[in-house]
Amino acid sequence: MRIIKSQKITEAVARLCIRANCRLSQDVKDCIQACHAGETWPIAKDTLGKIIENYELAARANVPVCQDTGVACVFLEIGEDVHISGRIADAVDEGVRRGYGEGYLRKSVVSEPLFERINTKDNTPAFLYTEYVPGDQVTVTVAPKGFGSENESKLKMLLPSDGIDGVIKFVVESVAGSGPNPCPPVLVGVGLGGTFDKAALLAKKALLRPAGQPNADPRYAQLETELLEKINALGIGPQGYGGRATALAVAIEYTATHIAGLPCAINLNCHVARHASEVI
Amino acid sequence: MTHHIQLPLTKEAAKSLKSGDAVYLTGTVYTARDAAHKRFVQLLQEGGEMPIEMDGAVIYYVGPTPPKPGQIIGSAGPTTSSRMDVYAPELIRCGLRGMIGKGKRTSEVVEAMKESGAIYFGAIGGAGALLAECIKSSEVVAFEDLGTEAVRKLEVERFPAVVLIDASGRDLYHDGREDYLTNGK
Repeated sequence: MRIIKSQKITEAVARLCIRANCRLSQDVKDCIQACHAGETWPIAKDTLGKIIENYELAARANVPVCQDTGVACVFLEIGEDVHISGRIADAVDEGVRRGYGEGYLRKSVVSEPLFERINTKDNTPAFLYTEYVPGDQVTVTVAPKGFGSENESKLKMLLPSDGIDGVIKFVVESVAGSGPNPCPPVLVGVGLGGTFDKAALLAKKALLRPAGQPNADPRYAQLETELLEKINALGIGPQGYGGRATALAVAIEYTATHIAGLPCAINLNCHVARHASEVI
Repeated sequence: MTHHIQLPLTKEAAKSLKSGDAVYLTGTVYTARDAAHKRFVQLLQEGGEMPIEMDGAVIYYVGPTPPKPGQIIGSAGPTTSSRMDVYAPELIRCGLRGMIGKGKRTSEVVEAMKESGAIYFGAIGGAGALLAECIKSSEVVAFEDLGTEAVRKLEVERFPAVVLIDASGRDLYHDGREDYLTNGK
């Protein structure tokens, strides 16, 4: 059994909060550049050009790409042969506190959603998901999530008879309805199956997959392609000013579900689609 | 068409702008998000003194990141405007002539804009680092306790934006999409 001090988790989370917010990952940059190259509509091409200029400037100056540095969604894949000494949730929160403080990131979390809405002033708590995997390593992923796009996310308990057409209709209509609000071009994460909660988590996890990488199952990969084509025929375009690039990519994650259900969740991410990982 | 606009925004300048025009804004803008808007409207209803000059004012919907040492302001791109929609008509009726944000507006906001000759500008959502380069000074002028949501007076130079909704109510989100679908595909 390998023992990892929780402090290592804290340090990784702090580094990843800053890196994810100031440097877009190569997969997302590749998608944006491909859209820019393929865009012929002037206002859309110009907007994508400014989006590229912005993330390049942010990386050079080591400042946040977007001022909404989000809530910190943290995913830990913990090897079954690892023991983490110390409290994991506290270690992650301490990492967020340090990263958002030392990185001059915006603190955007309120401690309670309805009555007082008081800012916690250090961007804690993190939204932490843990999963056990084979091996003796821990993979730490930080995905800061802004709420311009989060607010446009949706979930519907489709029925088995709704089928593929029902999924396509719900996803395309949701993206169409959100229009300019989630800061297109967006990444579209789709979670299919499971339960109400599981579908939502799958949609979020779909956004962690390298942008543009298809699902390993060719049927789902084909559906991703079809959804992307339909979304990019809507004409919403970058920032909603009109154009082709409404979405950069569609990623579907699926799992088993009940004989009576077809849960379908959609989690949108803006073009500042942030995720960064480290292996300990 | 591209315009260079001096702020505060005059009635004449506002009138000359058409949905879809590119603009570079230079002059004073004030920052405010949901919490500051709520207080502005409370002040108006209680007959209190507004902490900013409203006539011709332009409000930028932004909550910047904290500045690093040596920086004027942190990253400072627009937030989603619709959260301000319940408050905006009252401010427009008090002289607010421009709003900078992103995303759709309600018909109530558009009606108030048409009545008063106000403009809704769009800045690129997510371009916080680039837009911060155009901000030459920043000073908190009200509601300091709100932190990132405090009201700041900014001096901007050649701040790039587009006219999303003009004073006649034309909307780029509608027209730009239609135009692309008709002529661009």
